[in-house]
This record gives sequence, structure tokens and C-alpha cells, in this order.
Amino acid sequence: MTPLQIGLFGVLGLLGVGCYGLLITRNLIKVVIILQVLVKAVVLALVLAGQAGRQPGLGQSLAATVIVADTMVAVVGLALAVQIRRRFGTVDVSAISTLRG
Amino acid sequence: MADSAMYSLLVIGALICAFRAITEARILTSTIYLACVSAAVSTMLYLFGAYQIAVIELSVGAGLVTVLLVYAISVVGDDASDPGPVIPRSVAVGLTLLTIAMLGYMAYSLPSRDVAARVPTLLRALWQQRVLDVWIQMVLIFAGVLGILGLLAEGKGARAESAQHGVNGHRAVKIVPPTACEYVAPQVRRAQELHKDEVHV
Repeated sequence: MTPLQIGLFGVLGLLGVGCYGLLITRNLIKVVIILQVLVKAVVLALVLAGQAGRQPGLGQSLAATVIVADTMVAVVGLALAVQIRRRFGTVDVSAISTLRG
Repeated sequence: MADSAMYSLLVIGALICAFRAITEARILTSTIYLACVSAAVSTMLYLFGAYQIAVIELSVGAGLVTVLLVYAISVVGDDASDPGPVIPRSVAVGLTLLTIAMLGYMAYSLPSRDVAARVPTLLRALWQQRVLDVWIQMVLIFAGVLGILGLLAEGKGARAESAQHGVNGHRAVKIVPPTACEYVAPQVRRAQELHKDEVHV
């Protein structure tokens, strides 16, 4: 296997682990951690796509943008988790839902 | 061959750490495993030639995000247990395998090309071709900072309540320094305590 194929296998594995984690986790902070895992797979996929498409600069610039956006998502998500813990006393996603039906 | 072994080790390590980060009971341990995933991915990015992205990923993913997670855990508490999945684990595994199969089919069916040309470089792509992305990143950073300040700031009601009840439900005691008129020297106070039972007629 070439390094690109091994990297692609890693991307698929990280995406699979992230998808499985999102399906089984209800803790808000763990959801943020799993989103981080998913975004690491996306960053790796962008760099690999840039290498495979003979445009590594484009893929790397997009990966940098994704890293910044993901960091902001994590920061806002953690701040929301802290506020939800103060307000509801829990970080269980299903427990803080006020929707009925 | 040695390169393939190195890449395989990094991929396997990243996958194991990611799985442990998800299944670990303690969130702090999950955070440490997430930092390990970030380190493995950064090493892979470096080996693929994305040096700047590797540095950014390592400093942000394994540094800044870890610090933020530890801060959030210190506020929320590490004992915030995960109550269990909403859907059965078998269904989750099936959906995950289906997703991976579809993504893998799409990815491996793409035509592969040799990695030869390295133009445009990252600097040219980022600062000339994708300059709008840089502006968006700056706006995102400012928006994130403002959002954090707004979210972590306590409201007026919470401030008044905390000032009234103090920490841990105890009433807060306002400490006021004595003024010059109210100040009594220790020697005078001791003499007053000695003679406080005497009745002057």
C-alpha cells in the first residue's frame, strides 16, 4: 500500500470512530471531543486530497481554515457546556432538551 | 517499506487513541487520548509534507484545545458520567460500518495521480488565491472571543445572588476597613475590656 492509501485508511477509520461516538454519547463535553476527532480526519483528508490532486497548497490552506473554524466551534461548545451545567446541573444532552413530542 | 510501516503505526495509534477517547469513562482521560490523536495526525501531516499545517495542528489541537477542555472539566466536573446511548450499540455499529463502506467506495474509486507537482505553494495559495479565507479566519477568531466573553459572563441576577449568598450558600461578609474615628488601639481596647464590668457611680 502506498502512503496515500494508508492515510486514506486512517481518514476512514477516524471518521468511523467519530460517527460511532456521536451515536452513542450523550455527554456534551464528550461530544466536543468527538467533533475534534472528526475534524482531525477532515484535516488529514484535505491534505491527502491536495497531494493526490497535485494541488497541495490548496488543500493545506483549506486545512488551515478548517482548523481555525473547528477551534472556534470547540471554544463555543465548551462555553455552552459550562453554562448548561450551571443552569441545568447536568451535561446530558437528552436531559436538557425541553422539546416535547 | 519503512515508510509504509511508519504510516501504518501512526494510523493504528491514532485509531486506538481515538477509540479510547470515546469509550473512556473519565473525561480527563479522554482529553489526554485526544491530544495523542492530535500528535499522531500532526506527525502524519508532517510526513506528507504539510509542515505548517502540522505545526498548527499540534499547537492548536494538542495544546489550546486540551487546555480549554481541562478548564471546562474543572468547572463541570470529571464525574459527569455518560448515561448511555440513546440507540442500541449494534445499530450504531451498523450505521458506522455502512458510512465507512460508502465513503471508502467513493474514495477508492477516485483516479489516483502521482505526487509530482508542488505548485502553487501554501503561501501563494493561502495569501493570494484564498485570501478571503484568511479574512474569514480573522472574523471567526474575533467572533469566537466575543462569544466566549458573552457566554462565560455571569448575568446580573447571578451576580446579585452570588453576592447575597456568597460561596457555597454561606452569607458573604462585607469587610470594611475601620475609619480613623472608629479605630481603637489594641492597648486601649484591652483596658476597656478589663474595666467593662466596673460600675461608675
